[in-house]
Amino acid sequence: MTTAREVAIVAFAQSDHRRRTDDLSEVEMVMPVLHEVQRQTGLKASDIGFTCSGSSDYLAGRAFSFTMALDGVGAWPPISESHVETDGAWALYEAWVKLLTGEADTALVYSYGKSSPGSARDVLTRQLDPYYLAPLWPDSVALAALQAQALVDAGDTDEPALAAIAARSREDARTNPHAQLAGARPQGGYAVQPLRTGDCPPIGDGAAAVILAAGDRARELCARPAWIRGMDHRIEAHSLGVRDLTDSPSTRLAAERAGAFERPVDTAELHAPFTSQEVVLRKALGLDDSVRINPSGGALAANPVMAAGLIRLGEAAARIHRGESDRALAHATSGPCLQQNLVAVLEGEPRG
Amino acid sequence: MTAVTPPPEALRAPLVVEFPFTRSLGPVQSAFLTGLRERTVLGVRTEAGEVLVPPVEYDPATAAELRELVEVAATGTVTTWAWNPEPRPGQPLATPFAWVLVRLDGADTALLHALDAPGPEAVRTGLRVRIRWAAERSGAITDIACFEPYESTEAHEPAPHDREFENPVTGIVAPARLDYTYSPGRAQTRYLHALAERRTVGERCPSCAKVYVPPRGACPTCGVATTDQVEVGPRGTVTTFCIVNIKAKNLDIEVPYVYAHIALDGAGLALHGRIAGIPYDEVRMGLRVEPVWSEDGRYPDHYRPTGEPDADYDTYKELL
Repeated sequence: MTTAREVAIVAFAQSDHRRRTDDLSEVEMVMPVLHEVQRQTGLKASDIGFTCSGSSDYLAGRAFSFTMALDGVGAWPPISESHVETDGAWALYEAWVKLLTGEADTALVYSYGKSSPGSARDVLTRQLDPYYLAPLWPDSVALAALQAQALVDAGDTDEPALAAIAARSREDARTNPHAQLAGARPQGGYAVQPLRTGDCPPIGDGAAAVILAAGDRARELCARPAWIRGMDHRIEAHSLGVRDLTDSPSTRLAAERAGAFERPVDTAELHAPFTSQEVVLRKALGLDDSVRINPSGGALAANPVMAAGLIRLGEAAARIHRGESDRALAHATSGPCLQQNLVAVLEGEPRG
Repeated sequence: MTAVTPPPEALRAPLVVEFPFTRSLGPVQSAFLTGLRERTVLGVRTEAGEVLVPPVEYDPATAAELRELVEVAATGTVTTWAWNPEPRPGQPLATPFAWVLVRLDGADTALLHALDAPGPEAVRTGLRVRIRWAAERSGAITDIACFEPYESTEAHEPAPHDREFENPVTGIVAPARLDYTYSPGRAQTRYLHALAERRTVGERCPSCAKVYVPPRGACPTCGVATTDQVEVGPRGTVTTFCIVNIKAKNLDIEVPYVYAHIALDGAGLALHGRIAGIPYDEVRMGLRVEPVWSEDGRYPDHYRPTGEPDADYDTYKELL
């Protein structure tokens, strides 16, 4: 789709992702991240035209948990605010649409997740089909392992190739000061075969925030805005048995509608918490070795649930801000085995 | 008076979220689950002729309503699998097993369930299996206890089914329990530790100077961290109140009782507390109160009158 109004990511910040943050409440975890994006742009809370957040009550174990995090935003005088009960990437989509309509010129998008209070594997079973799946308690690692085995059977990958994805990701994470797992580490024993512990994301807590701005406002706030040239998200059937687990038609369609196939990208930040899911996404997006995949380390290096997708968009934008990328693809996923996927295409101003 | 204390050890406590989710069933789901109770597996046929198992009410591709039921076999083929070496609570088997997607004979889609096998070397894609039925069945997906390896031929023509069962299942109860360990964060940890010493400590916003009790770690008006700790109270003023006439479950307090907003001296907003030690119909705005601590002394059980003259309205009107 062609957009009449230019909207860009002009600031990005994230927490140092850790296994547990018992000493911090959600607002205490989120607030430094909000202050950092404000500092990068010079914007104050009153300058922001729209605020949207992503989080999940099931992670916190409390209803309407996001309202507590609003304390950190400064919601006075009353702000224009919205919330999505999913990854912050979908909050960014909502904010992007808001800016495209012309209703606001700037937006704050943030998300956070604290997996440490509960068992992430058990919590995520509650998102499954309540009639046929949830009563069996298949955890997120088991579902990803079914997908991994389907890929192995199809000849798309094998265990050494998956281990190489893990090693590359965590090696790249050495240059990411916010990563939870940086540097080489053993693949470990099977979590659910064929996935080993090294194929799985770390369990951790974290938060992220970005600021969007439209048109000349973006140029005022950021030396090299990361323009959102297109963004789309698509969903597949929730029943795993109906889907081809080796492919991701929703990713491909979202990418097509985001304009990803019009010109090559130099960078892709893929939301692949499991090594096997990078295989699926590369295939669906047609990414070859000329594209730098997850230079941040990706979700294998830090996976704060509900924030990891927003971080992909933030990391891709930050590389454009720094001049390390000219055209990047950012992807976020939600639901089991890549059920729902969002793709954005970001570009910096042409050089020269 | 300002008290600065070093950060105490983070508090934590168990938090259990438990609920018996009760769900009604659509006509296709009802037939499928009733069928499981009767050891019959039903699929639903789409307009394109595909047989979906487990069946859904609407076509995942076209969203058309689906109603044509067919019976498929209790045998099938594994389409993918994953060996689960350490079963988790609530999963179908307590001993190591394989998660499998099984395409039952006569079906075009696969059903996710557990496969009982001696080890991963005994499992492969393409393995022939059959349903092991649960001894007691109620009309739930767990009526399939698991799958087990079973050699058989694949041929099965799905037969039309009229969905007529005696005593059809119309709903399911799916209990869910999630166990958390809750930590309140730095600001509330400091507050709770101070309470245990019978002191009430709030935090001041560096921007607007409002003192928050209990502290939240941030000023919701200014969006900045509150870090200065300020001891408030112990006495305070009732700013507003209500009289509760309905007895709450598990609350051992006789009705009617008074629940009030109490602005402790020095605090920038009121906190909640019960008023006792005075007839409920004599409680009023401006009443001066003090805390009565609980038996273990960890928090105020309620507030009672101090006997002082009432506070002037002007002194607390901003806190309403």
